[in-house]
Amino acid sequence: MSNDILVITEHMDGKFSDVSFELVGKAKELASALGGQAVAVVVGGGVDANVFASDATIHIDDAALGQFNPEAYGKVIEALVKEKSPRLVMFGWTATGMDLAAWLSAKLGVPCAAYVKEIGSDLMMGCQAYGGKLMAEVAPEGDMAIAACLAGSFPAEAGQGSTAATATASPVDLGSLKVKFVEAIKPEGGDVDITSQTKLVSVGRGIGGKENIELAEELAQALDAALSCSRPVVDAGWLPRTRQVGKSGLKVKPKMYLMLGISGAPEHLEGMKSAELIIAVNTDKKAPIFNVAHYGATADLFEVAEAMLELL
Amino acid sequence: MNIVVAIKHIPSIADDLPVSGNNVDFDSVDFVLNEFDEQSIEQAVLVKEAVGGTVTVVGVDLIEELDNILHLAIAKGADKAVKVTADEPGADSHMQAKWLSEAIKGLSPDIVFAGVQASNDLDGQIGPMIAAHLDMPYIGGVSSVEVADGTATVNKEFAGGVGAKYSVSLPMVVGVQAAAKPPRYAPISKVRQVAQTATIDTVEPSGDASSGLTFKKMAPPVATGHAEMIDGSPKEVAAKIVELLKSKGLA
Ligand SMILES: Cc1cc2nc3c(=O)[nH]c(=O)nc-3n(C[C@H](O)[C@H](O)[C@H](O)COP(=O)(O)OP(=O)(O)OC[C@H]3O[C@@H](n4cnc5c(N)ncnc54)[C@H](O)[C@@H]3O)c2cc1C
Repeated sequence: MSNDILVITEHMDGKFSDVSFELVGKAKELASALGGQAVAVVVGGGVDANVFASDATIHIDDAALGQFNPEAYGKVIEALVKEKSPRLVMFGWTATGMDLAAWLSAKLGVPCAAYVKEIGSDLMMGCQAYGGKLMAEVAPEGDMAIAACLAGSFPAEAGQGSTAATATASPVDLGSLKVKFVEAIKPEGGDVDITSQTKLVSVGRGIGGKENIELAEELAQALDAALSCSRPVVDAGWLPRTRQVGKSGLKVKPKMYLMLGISGAPEHLEGMKSAELIIAVNTDKKAPIFNVAHYGATADLFEVAEAMLELL
Repeated sequence: MNIVVAIKHIPSIADDLPVSGNNVDFDSVDFVLNEFDEQSIEQAVLVKEAVGGTVTVVGVDLIEELDNILHLAIAKGADKAVKVTADEPGADSHMQAKWLSEAIKGLSPDIVFAGVQASNDLDGQIGPMIAAHLDMPYIGGVSSVEVADGTATVNKEFAGGVGAKYSVSLPMVVGVQAAAKPPRYAPISKVRQVAQTATIDTVEPSGDASSGLTFKKMAPPVATGHAEMIDGSPKEVAAKIVELLKSKGLA
């Protein structure tokens, strides 16, 4: 056992995600309190891994790891964790980290906390569960733990640096994988680019059905804004994927973000919390969005939208 | 094709979530199907419609109310339903994943579907854990699945429309973010009919696992800020929002 902290970083097209730097920064703080090292782990083929402020960076460099492959990455990380016996393994609670953290936990029989927003030097973790309605404080048992952390929980600057990475070969054979990367999928084009709008009217599941989109569209037009939405609206087929704001959608930073019937789940917040003016209309006075919005109203979105249209 | 869907019955986040001690007060909340499980049931049925086979839905019965959910799944196209009778409302993901894995093993699955996450996955999701227990590969964040000749082709989403296509030799576990088509609606009459005719297999929980997490506290988040609330009738609210936007040159 050691008091080291391993951070499993993530990258795409040679660029590391913000969450990687956020985790490395936090790991440094925790490692110095615990008397261990903050070790950035880069699983990938031929990336420039000398970008972290970590105490050490391990680059598992193999062409088979050039693209994210949950099976290959899982095997490599499992072997590395077994070898290093760190005190804590940190993942992002992201599209890639979510494939690995709980898997590793079950594989190794090591506790795992997800939706992590806070970590104390005693490794108590604050987890934002139940769609942001409750915070749980949990303490992991044993000598090793896994933390899958929400993006945006820690400052990224503290993790940026130029520690020289040590490249090593894959500790496991990557010759006979069941999962094969076929190709990258690119975003559909040809629609309004919501990331470049100064004003957005954004609708959530509260809009109730495709037939109500027109009302929201009308309000958006009256405000000279574009229409965006939360994920369930896209999954239900009411608006195209290009309009989705959030973790698996687009990150937006408009001057106005008027939210109609969006609860404020952490995955949605990831995409819009730095908007300059956030106004939320929601019938649930305890909706988590009211902790984030600048202005809020506990009201029916249809009545408010119709009344606004009369005034505009 | 043996197609299995592992589901989670979870406290509804639509209402208040009362806390008792250091956890949710499970006795006073409504339980609902995890929203991503609706997507995963739909994706499983789509695969069955494309290549044939049977869809078996498996869940842990935490509060003796899972039957309704299983009936709904059958009304939407699943063929069989199995419940693990745990009667343990606070069972964590590790416990449920272990019990589900034991129940699923006997079904010799070619493909297992699970929702990509649930809002109470404080110790991680059941999908990747089931994959670890059954020694199958896992891919989550999936928004379409096609199966042919013992191979699944899945699209995984990263963000902003960027994703990757993988081919996987089966069996595997898929964490569904969204089905390739919006989930179908099952008419109430059909659900009622299923409730009268369908049989649900029952199995005892088997195997031990735990999250290894001790809950020290559970409470609504300490808000670092709160919206300035605009009171009044909808008309008044609308007028104040318009006024606010005008004052900032935004309307
Ligand atoms: C890996 C992953 C990635 C994800 N990525 C994203 C993402 O990119 N973007 C995203 O948005 N979500 C994302 N999600 C989903 C996210 O977890 C939530 O499910 C989603 O944000 C909820 O959307 P919502 O607020 O519209 O719906 P809900 O949470 O159902 O909220 C609807 C709200 O509408 C209110 N309401 C209902 N009727 C009315 C009315 N008449 N007037 C006013 N208010 C009303 C309700 O009170 C409620 O608060 C992701 C999830 C996962 C697992």
